[in-house]
Amino acid sequence: MMPNFCNKKSIKKIALAAAMVLTVAINGLALTACHGSKEARGFEIPESFDENKKIEITFWAKNDTNKTQTRIYEKAIKNFEELYPNVDVTIRLYTDYGKIYNDVITNIATDTTPNVCITYPDHIATYMTGADTVEPLDDLFADEKYGLGGSELKYDAPTIDEIVPEFLSECKIGGSHYAIPYMRSTEACYVNKDFVEQLGFEMPEVLTWDFVWEVSEAALAKNEDGTYKLNGQKVMIPFIYKSTDNMMIQMLKQQGAGYSNDKGDIELFSDDTKASLMTIAEHAKTGAFSTFKISGYPANFLNAGQCIFAVDSTAGSTWMGSKAPLRDIAEDKVVDFETVVYPIPQYYSKDGELLDDSIKAAGGRYAMISQGPSICIFNKEDPQVVLASWLFAQYMLTNDVQMAYAETEGYVPVTTKAQESAEYKDYLNRAGEDNSTYYDVKIAATKLLLDNQRYTFVTSVFNGSTSLRDAAGALIENVTKSVRRKKEVDDDFIVKLYDDTRSLYHLDSGSAVNAGKADLGELPEESKWLIRILIGAWVLIGAYFFYSRKSGKISKE
Amino acid sequence: MKKKTIATLLTLAFAVSMIGCGQAKTEAPAETATEAESTEAADAAETEESVEETTEATEETVEETTEETAEETTEEATDAAEDTEAATGDVMSHDDFAAADLDAEVTVETYVQAKQGWWEKDGVGVATFYTQAEDGAYFLYNMPCSEEDYAKLEQGTKIKVTGYKTEWEGEVEIIDATYEIEDGSFVAEAEDVTADLASDSIIDHQNEFVSFTDMTVEASKDADGNEVAFLYNYDGSGSQGDDLYFNVSADGNTYTFTVESYLCDKDSDVYKAAEALNVGDKVDMEGFLYWYQGVNPHITKVTVK
Repeated sequence: MMPNFCNKKSIKKIALAAAMVLTVAINGLALTACHGSKEARGFEIPESFDENKKIEITFWAKNDTNKTQTRIYEKAIKNFEELYPNVDVTIRLYTDYGKIYNDVITNIATDTTPNVCITYPDHIATYMTGADTVEPLDDLFADEKYGLGGSELKYDAPTIDEIVPEFLSECKIGGSHYAIPYMRSTEACYVNKDFVEQLGFEMPEVLTWDFVWEVSEAALAKNEDGTYKLNGQKVMIPFIYKSTDNMMIQMLKQQGAGYSNDKGDIELFSDDTKASLMTIAEHAKTGAFSTFKISGYPANFLNAGQCIFAVDSTAGSTWMGSKAPLRDIAEDKVVDFETVVYPIPQYYSKDGELLDDSIKAAGGRYAMISQGPSICIFNKEDPQVVLASWLFAQYMLTNDVQMAYAETEGYVPVTTKAQESAEYKDYLNRAGEDNSTYYDVKIAATKLLLDNQRYTFVTSVFNGSTSLRDAAGALIENVTKSVRRKKEVDDDFIVKLYDDTRSLYHLDSGSAVNAGKADLGELPEESKWLIRILIGAWVLIGAYFFYSRKSGKISKE
Repeated sequence: MKKKTIATLLTLAFAVSMIGCGQAKTEAPAETATEAESTEAADAAETEESVEETTEATEETVEETTEETAEETTEEATDAAEDTEAATGDVMSHDDFAAADLDAEVTVETYVQAKQGWWEKDGVGVATFYTQAEDGAYFLYNMPCSEEDYAKLEQGTKIKVTGYKTEWEGEVEIIDATYEIEDGSFVAEAEDVTADLASDSIIDHQNEFVSFTDMTVEASKDADGNEVAFLYNYDGSGSQGDDLYFNVSADGNTYTFTVESYLCDKDSDVYKAAEALNVGDKVDMEGFLYWYQGVNPHITKVTVK
C-alpha cells in the first residue's frame, strides 16, 4: 500500500523536515562562505615522519655564479641525506631569480613544481594564483615534533624566536607565512675614497644624494685631449647603480613618498617619482650617472678607476674594490684605491634628520631595503613528501649552513642563533686578515646590514608586485636612456612614460592586483556580526529541537 | 506562535547573514574580493571536494592566466611587428656606424648570420641576432620581433634595422631596434683573425664571423684548484647546459672563449666538442667575435686536430 503523504499532518512533517534540511544546508553554505577569510591550509601534518618510505625531493636553488655557494648546497644536501637516508634531494641550480620564477610558473600548469625552492616573496604571490600551490607554513612552524626546533628533528634547528623577526615577517603574505628567510642582504654604496678626496671633498658621516650628485658632477672635468682629469682615462661614469628598481623604491621610501601599500594600491606614478626622475635625468644627461643595464657592472668600472660611487648588493661585495677576490677585468686594468662601504645615499633634512618617519621612529638612521633569498615549499599529494620538504627547508636554517653560505658573500644569516654564535663573531672580528674569506670590504658590507637589520624595509607583496618593481626600474632606465639620446625629458615626456609603463607592465588600473594577496587584516565588523548571528541561529535551532523532544511535539505530530 | 517566532527569527538571521556577506564582498577592494573567492574555493575543495577537483581548479586558473598572457603577447608582438615599419632612417655604411656617437640613432642594412633564442621580455617577444654585411658586423641585442618573424629570420636574410648604438662592457651593439625584412641574401665567410688577436686592430672585427687556427687548449682552474679543459660558467659554478668557458692560446697569449648556450645549446655539436676538449689539444675554431671586457668570441665550431 502506498503511503498517503497528502494529509495535513504529513504536509506539516514534510515541511518541518524540509525546513530543517534547508536550515542545515543554508547554515552549512553560509559557514563555508564565511571561510573566505581563512587561508588554504594545504595538508595535514602526519603524526610521524615515515623513515622507511623512499622519498625524492627536488630543490631549485640560486647561486650568485659562485662555486663555493654551489658546494655549500651540495654539502647541506649530503649531510641532510645522512640524517634522513630515505630522502633523496636533487638540486637544480640557477644563477637568476627570474629564471626560477619563470620555470615555476611554467611547471605549475603541469603540476611539476619543485618540492623546495629558493624564491622571493613577490614571486610566491604569483605562484599562489593557483590554489594550494605553495604550502602555508604556520602549522609546520608550530608543530611540536617537526616544527621549528621541534623535538623529533635530527638536527639543531632554530626556534621561531631565533629567526630575526623582521626577516621572518617578510615571508608573510595575507596573514600566513609562505616561506622562511634563507639569506638576507641589502644594497651598499662602494666608494673610491681616493677619488673623493682628490676632488677636494671629505668623506661624510652620512652619504646623501646631494653629496653623491655634487661629487659626481665635479668628476666630469676633462683634459684638452678628452681624457678625464680625475683618472686620465677616456671613460668615467662617477655614479653607477646596479638595480634601478631598488633605487627608485628606496628613493621614494626615504622621502616618505608612496610606492604601493598593503592593499596592493599602486602609488608609483606620482609627482614624487617625477621629481626623482627629473633629478636622475639631469645627472644622466651630463654623464654623471648610469646604470648596469646601460653601461655594465658597477664593480668593473669601480675597480678600473672609472667610477666613484658604485651601488650594488652587499651580496656582491666580493667583486668590489681593487683587492676583491672575484674580478671580471684584466689584472692590468685594476687600479689601486681605498674602498669605503656606505649605506646607499640618503635623503636627509637640513637638520641632519632622516626624512622617513617610520624608520626614524624605530630608531633607524638609514632607509635601506632588505632583500635576499627565501625558501618556499610546494604542496604535493603525499603529506610525507611535503613533510620531507619541510624538514629539508628547515635544515637550511641550521648554523652550519647559515654561516657557511653567508660568508661566501656579504650575506647575513637570518637566525640570531647563527649571528650570535662564537664562530660567526670570530669571523666578523677577523676582517682584513686576508683578501678571500676575511676580505674587509665583504665583512664591512655584512656589518652594514647586521647593524641595521631591525630598521630595513620591504615593499608590500601581492600578485602584481613583481611587475610593479620592474616598472619602477624601467622608469629610471628609460629616463636615463632618453637623455643620453638627446631627448627632452619634461612634463609631457613623463606623462607619456607613465602611460607607456602602466600599459607595458599591465598596471593600468588603480591597483596592480587582480588576484591579489594583500594583507586582509582584521575581520570587518559586519563579518563579526554575521558569525555571531549564525551562532545564535544554531543555538535557537538546538533549543527548539530539545524543547520539541522534551514536550513530545515532534512525535505527536 | 513559538514556531512562528523561531521561524521568523531564523529567516531574519539568514537575511541579515546574506546582507552581511553581500556587503563584505561589495566593500572589499577588487583584489580582496578575488582573494576571498579563491580562498573560498580552496576551502570548499578542502572540505568537500576531491583532490582531483582541486587540481583541476588550479590548472584552470593557470590555463586562464596563460591564455590571457598569450593573447596579450600576441597583441604586443603584433604591435612590435607593426613597429618594424619605423625602420626607415637613412642607411649608413659600417664606417659611418663606427663613427657614430654612442646612443645615436642608427640605420643599417645587414644580414642575419645566427641568432640566440626567442623569448619574452616584459611580455614582448625579443631575440638577439649576430648579423653581418659585406663591410662589417652588427650585434642586435634583444630586438623585438614576433615568434613568426623569428622563424623567418634565417641565416642570410637581409634586414634593414633602425635602433640605437650602445656599448655594454665593451661590446658595441644596436638596441631598442626595429627592422624590416628586405630582398637579398648574404652569408659571411669566416675570416681568420688568429694573427690579429693580440693587436689593437682586432676590435675592427668586432661581432664578425671569424675563424681561429692552431690554437692550444690551456688549463682553466675550477674552484677546487683543479686544472680542467673547460668550465660550466666562468668559474665552474654551473652545470651542463650553462655557458661553457675554455681557455686557448696563440703566440704566448691566452684568451677565454665561450660556447654561449643560447646560441649553441648542450645538444649542439660545438657544445659536445668543447666538453670533449683536453688540455693541450690543438684546435681550429669558428665563431662570432663578441666582446666582454676584451675579446670573448662566441664559438660555433671546434675542430680538434
